[in-house]
Amino acid sequence: MFGAGGGTNSYEEVEDADVVFLWGSNAREAHPIWFHHLLKGIRHNDTRLYVMDPRRTSSAKWADVWLGLRVGSDIALANAIAHEIIAAGLTHPGFIANATEGFDAYKAAVQAYSPEAVEETTGIPADVIREAAHAFATAKRAMICWTLGITEHHNAVDNVLSLINLCLLTGQVGRWGAGCNPLRGQNNVQGGGDMGAIPNKLPGFQDIEQDPEARERIGKLWGVEIQPTYGKNLTQMLHAMEHGDMKGLFVIGENPVQSDADGNRVERILNGLEHLVVQEIFLTKTAQLADVVFPAAATWCEGDGTVTNSERRVQRVRKARSAPEGARDELWIISELARRLGHDWTTPTAEEVWNEFRVAAPAFAGGMSYARLEELGGIQWPCPDESHPGTPFLHERLWQQPRVGRAAPFSIAQNEAPSERRDATYPYLLTTGRRLESYNTGVQTSGYRSPLHWGESLDISPEDARALQIVDGDIVRISSRRGTVLAPAFIDKALREKLLFMTLHFPDEVSTNVLTTDVFDPKSGTSEFKACAVRVDRATAAELAERAELVERGALQHAEHQ
Amino acid sequence: MTPLVQLGRPDRTPKTMVTLTIDGQAVTVPEGTTIINACESLGITVPTLCYLETLRPVNVCRLCVVEVEGARVLAPACSRAVEPGMQVQTQSARVKHSRKLVLELLASSVDLSTTPGMSDLLEEYDCSPERYGPPEPPHAPGTRDAHIPGHHQPPNVAYAARVAQPTKVDNDLYIRDYGKCVLCYKCVEACGPDHQNTFAIAVAGRGFDARISTELAVPLPQSACVYCGNCIAVCPTGALMAKDEYDMRAAGTWHEEAQQVTDTICPYCGVGCTLTLHVQDDIIVKSTSPLENSITLGNLCIKGRFGWRFVQGPNPVASTGVSGRG
Amino acid sequence: MDIKLLDATPTAVERAAVDAVLGAPTNAWDGGARGSARDAHTAPGGKSVRDRRHELIPALHALQGRVGWISEGGLGYVCERLGVPPADAWGVATFYALFATTPRPQRVLHVCDDVGCRNRGTREIEHALESACGRSVREAPAGSQVVLDERDGAWMHSPCLGLCDAAPAALLTIAGETPVERLLGHVTPQQAVGLVTGSDSAPADSHVPELPQHGDPSLVLLKRCGVVDPTSLEAYRTAGGFTALAKARAMGAEAVIAEVSAAKLVGRGGAAFPTGRKWEAVRTQAASPHYLVCNADESEPGTFKDRVLLTQDPFALVESLMIASFATGASRAFVYIRAEYPLAADRMANAIQQTRDAGLFAAGFDIEIRRGAGAYICGEETALFESIEGKRGEPRSKPPFPVEVGLFGKPTVVNNVETLLNVLPIVLEGGARYASTGSGNSTGTRLFCLSGAVARPGVYEVPMGTNLRDLLAMAGTDSVSAILLGGAAGTFLRADEIDLPLTLEASRAANTTLGSGVVMVFADHADLRDVVLRIAGFFRDESCGQCVPCRVGTVRQEEALHRIVKGATLGGTGRELALLEEVGVAMRDASICGLGQTAYSAVESAIKRLRLFEVVS
Repeated sequence: MFGAGGGTNSYEEVEDADVVFLWGSNAREAHPIWFHHLLKGIRHNDTRLYVMDPRRTSSAKWADVWLGLRVGSDIALANAIAHEIIAAGLTHPGFIANATEGFDAYKAAVQAYSPEAVEETTGIPADVIREAAHAFATAKRAMICWTLGITEHHNAVDNVLSLINLCLLTGQVGRWGAGCNPLRGQNNVQGGGDMGAIPNKLPGFQDIEQDPEARERIGKLWGVEIQPTYGKNLTQMLHAMEHGDMKGLFVIGENPVQSDADGNRVERILNGLEHLVVQEIFLTKTAQLADVVFPAAATWCEGDGTVTNSERRVQRVRKARSAPEGARDELWIISELARRLGHDWTTPTAEEVWNEFRVAAPAFAGGMSYARLEELGGIQWPCPDESHPGTPFLHERLWQQPRVGRAAPFSIAQNEAPSERRDATYPYLLTTGRRLESYNTGVQTSGYRSPLHWGESLDISPEDARALQIVDGDIVRISSRRGTVLAPAFIDKALREKLLFMTLHFPDEVSTNVLTTDVFDPKSGTSEFKACAVRVDRATAAELAERAELVERGALQHAEHQ
Repeated sequence: MTPLVQLGRPDRTPKTMVTLTIDGQAVTVPEGTTIINACESLGITVPTLCYLETLRPVNVCRLCVVEVEGARVLAPACSRAVEPGMQVQTQSARVKHSRKLVLELLASSVDLSTTPGMSDLLEEYDCSPERYGPPEPPHAPGTRDAHIPGHHQPPNVAYAARVAQPTKVDNDLYIRDYGKCVLCYKCVEACGPDHQNTFAIAVAGRGFDARISTELAVPLPQSACVYCGNCIAVCPTGALMAKDEYDMRAAGTWHEEAQQVTDTICPYCGVGCTLTLHVQDDIIVKSTSPLENSITLGNLCIKGRFGWRFVQGPNPVASTGVSGRG
Repeated sequence: MDIKLLDATPTAVERAAVDAVLGAPTNAWDGGARGSARDAHTAPGGKSVRDRRHELIPALHALQGRVGWISEGGLGYVCERLGVPPADAWGVATFYALFATTPRPQRVLHVCDDVGCRNRGTREIEHALESACGRSVREAPAGSQVVLDERDGAWMHSPCLGLCDAAPAALLTIAGETPVERLLGHVTPQQAVGLVTGSDSAPADSHVPELPQHGDPSLVLLKRCGVVDPTSLEAYRTAGGFTALAKARAMGAEAVIAEVSAAKLVGRGGAAFPTGRKWEAVRTQAASPHYLVCNADESEPGTFKDRVLLTQDPFALVESLMIASFATGASRAFVYIRAEYPLAADRMANAIQQTRDAGLFAAGFDIEIRRGAGAYICGEETALFESIEGKRGEPRSKPPFPVEVGLFGKPTVVNNVETLLNVLPIVLEGGARYASTGSGNSTGTRLFCLSGAVARPGVYEVPMGTNLRDLLAMAGTDSVSAILLGGAAGTFLRADEIDLPLTLEASRAANTTLGSGVVMVFADHADLRDVVLRIAGFFRDESCGQCVPCRVGTVRQEEALHRIVKGATLGGTGRELALLEEVGVAMRDASICGLGQTAYSAVESAIKRLRLFEVVS
């Protein structure tokens, strides 16, 4: 946010927030322990929770108000909330004047989004929008937290900006318990960004194109010249591979064949490469396509290092057990690869790598020695020197007069419907997400058994189930413009008519991502997993027979629960 | 321009200090401090089963009672706040008597064989639980769940009543051995309002028939349980136990003294929960989280508590896993 | 909350019964039908739903009253409506003796076998019922499910029903569209059989209680009982009703409290705390709102005075509640009446309704009745709060005291029925005048519940300081072997100890207690060991189970007593008595609440005063 690539607040702060907007996030299942902090606020401090989600999820069931917006109408809703805050005179003019820029243009842009005007687009009654707007603007401390419901859209960045605008409008940022927080879906997504493992940033979010000083300094440190242009994000890489502009790929700990949208296409692209290397702890579907597989240690318990969590806390991971025979430490693999490519890096320890990073990004992590990380149980960046305690919340500077640093800009975001429309052939909208007991493509979570592992299902509203004459457990065929899968139906009251839900947790049984669209946000590269048009039909006798045979062979290990 | 409220963290540290005397030693602590915490600051250990710093004190086990001068009855150190001038005795004859009786009453009715530190306590307080009579044979499965509240079951003079009953094993992740339950309420608090807010279990029935139960005493897979195992984490007696540990204990292969513990970070979502991995013979046998960790307060979700098996495959002894690298 | 509901669905009858109490669902998310566009896109929830938790017990009562038990579907529906997790609701439903969580016939006769009734006709009733109708519900083997035709009747035992003045007593409950609940006295074996089999129709229980002092001009608290129509506001007004309220309002809150303090009024429920101090403490609390709770959960075995006041003079209690609320700044008063007093609840509801309709309530003020569901422990003030809040009746740890953190966490005054009624004469005549009656710090008159081996059982009103011997003479006694003073939580006295002035000071000096005013007399031939066993069983049954000393201690106490009585001691009676003393002291010292703290009291007096269990050498 405003140049810092992380959430603004600590988990603990949500306990003190008076109003929380949980937007496009089912944190109750996807971030259960963060949700504990929210629950503390709800139960002990009367925190009011508003959940914006098309489904009435388990998180939404905790909400004081559920705003069940239509899929992909987030910007319309956010702008309508802004419209109401402005119309009711509930902005924070002092903050706007001191800390922001572009308010007038923003105000003009949201003029068209009155609560009544967006009722049709969002599905949400205007009175509900108004009440939420007033609650947010008048709260002593208000926070917006979001997850993939915001970012897995073709206009993901605009979605995010429309939420940040609300915080700027009301001064709900830069203070304890007020701010905007993306909850990271994966263990070290934040850390990857911190370290510079994103195509446009150097370590510590120093911009490759816009920060020549950092480029120069880090280039010197690394003994290389750093190209002054952004690299490609995943979506752009797939595009480049598809068109023959990229011929080789090194995949570390990802399973794009099953995790990326339009899985059939990804598999086709990877198959067309000249060379594919996969470094993995399992022989995943992606690894099976590789020319070379590097069996790796599971660093989180078989190696040492750091990760960064969603409150920007850098935390130590430690070796608790030995890696299996043949699996190598990831630092060893990379160093060895470098050596064979003619660069002898020796094999640094994780701490040595970390200390180099601290030199590369001193303002960011200069004060975070391993010893201090140990002593303090992790440190929240930025932490520039060894006397600095770390930073629980960001952007306090915006309240200083005169303001320190650059102004936070309002961004104009216009609502845009999802890329794919429902029509007579594909009359349902499928949205995807996570469930509590499973994780991503199930590579890790298939390792344990629990009564919650039900396998994949097509979650469908009671109304649609009635119309299709299906009951719980009936096998249905789900088809999009790209592919077809079979799955058992599960009738879920959390869904409304024409809205369906699936996960990607059991791709070997139901490859949900052959349905999803790879239309992506050009600014972030993230595909629109959250919306694709599908049709649902009862499975044919032949399909049922084929599936029965798979069950017989044990290929569908969860089918017995269905 | 003024913000609506202060920018930084609200300062909630109590401003008033309170001076009291514990076992003759004066101590000054912030207002609102409990007696047990004041004792801690003096290095005085107060025994307890139902108190845990991450849970709201329920003061039900009464093991922590202390004598407050001028009070008619003993006070639970775990929940009673200090008052200026309070004179507290933690080792008076009255205190020792009540502690001894609490321990005997429990030991004569509950299996405390896996309660850490219990044998020392029973010895320290010179307990003879057997003086209440021979132990009652275990109740048949489900019978304790069916007692009607307030309706008298005449005592059998041949036995001292017990809560003994078969272990409930109804899923692959953890077991419930309510013959070991001291009804400390910790699991209910952790599953309920203090942490998880799932409320899969509650105290049902009343009096000696009170027990921890799901709705209608249904097996866990039919209940609201989400297998976070936060109940296991707070159980002081081993009544709740991961199935791995239960199986290994049954097989005689659970060797706590031979286990290494290492803190690392959970490999799942981006919250960053600290996992304490308990490793025996290079195999992870249990996962917990430190109570003092500000992110987890000792809690985990199903993935952190049980989802680590993929790195190693089925436990050769517990063998409840389904797949892994092996 | 993301609660997981039970699979079973409610019947239409169950749904209607619950909706009658909770109101119809307002949307698809609280039990209503799906289909509205609004419900597809928004749902209220959160605190607005969680705040309805206190309606749980009324909703469970609705199911119990309508179908005779709380089915899975019914429980699930209540959970859905109120956002209460099923396990939590199950914990509540299984706490209260009058809620059935397994199928039970619609007609159930609860036969009192407690100390006041068991030797005054209960045995004969039991015999008749066992031969005509089979064994009691409680004697069905634990865990088994007796499948009964719903048209059948059943019977069960009950702890004290508060009708010791008309022993033997029974409570008849018939589930149905209009649930029938009747508290019946002087029950004959033949009548009991008829009630269980359904051949006798339920009689009205509006019988006039024994009022031995009827017409006595010196009565203060009982003066309207049996004289003024308890169902008519007009009659109450004609008898001088609501003049104290008018005077109190004219005096102002502080002056009212000053008079109550000057009167030296102390609580009549058993704990004898100064009422004026309690009121002042609540009045000055900054937190709001303040609540007033009237403890009418009179369940102490042998106690029935509140039943008489509630049924015979309910308007006086309404007026007292209004004055107390005015004085303490309470905006809402709750009257918690034990479930075994259906007529009392009806009469109070009528009195509240008429007073409300007459516009006598101050703006924003109201009185609400809450009914218990069969749990002695709910007479403990903090357990009572929990019960009103829709939870298991588990006492809280004190401090904090209710005056600071009470009902719904707010400053709360809790007063017993009798205590509150004393406010009327105090306001009308002034505290000093009130204090001129009685002796020393024990002022005013006091109600005593005389039962057992007396010629004229009933509630007696005498000035504090009256000698127990004189009180017994009023009721008429013949051969006395022992007296249970203060109830099951009180103590036995020997016949030679009755020369006792009934004051707080004197009773304390004699190491006994007036408790809730129980004076239960046992004749020479009474089986006192059986009485002691019943008391021990009572505490075991009524312990909430929360704290170890009481939960297990009451069991160990009962076991030891049974071993002595059955001659199966572990190492001799002397050793058993020593064990009882050790357990008793720990229960008294280390239990959370008064129940455990007094569970050894009567037993101890039986051992030490009556010497019922002398070591035979």
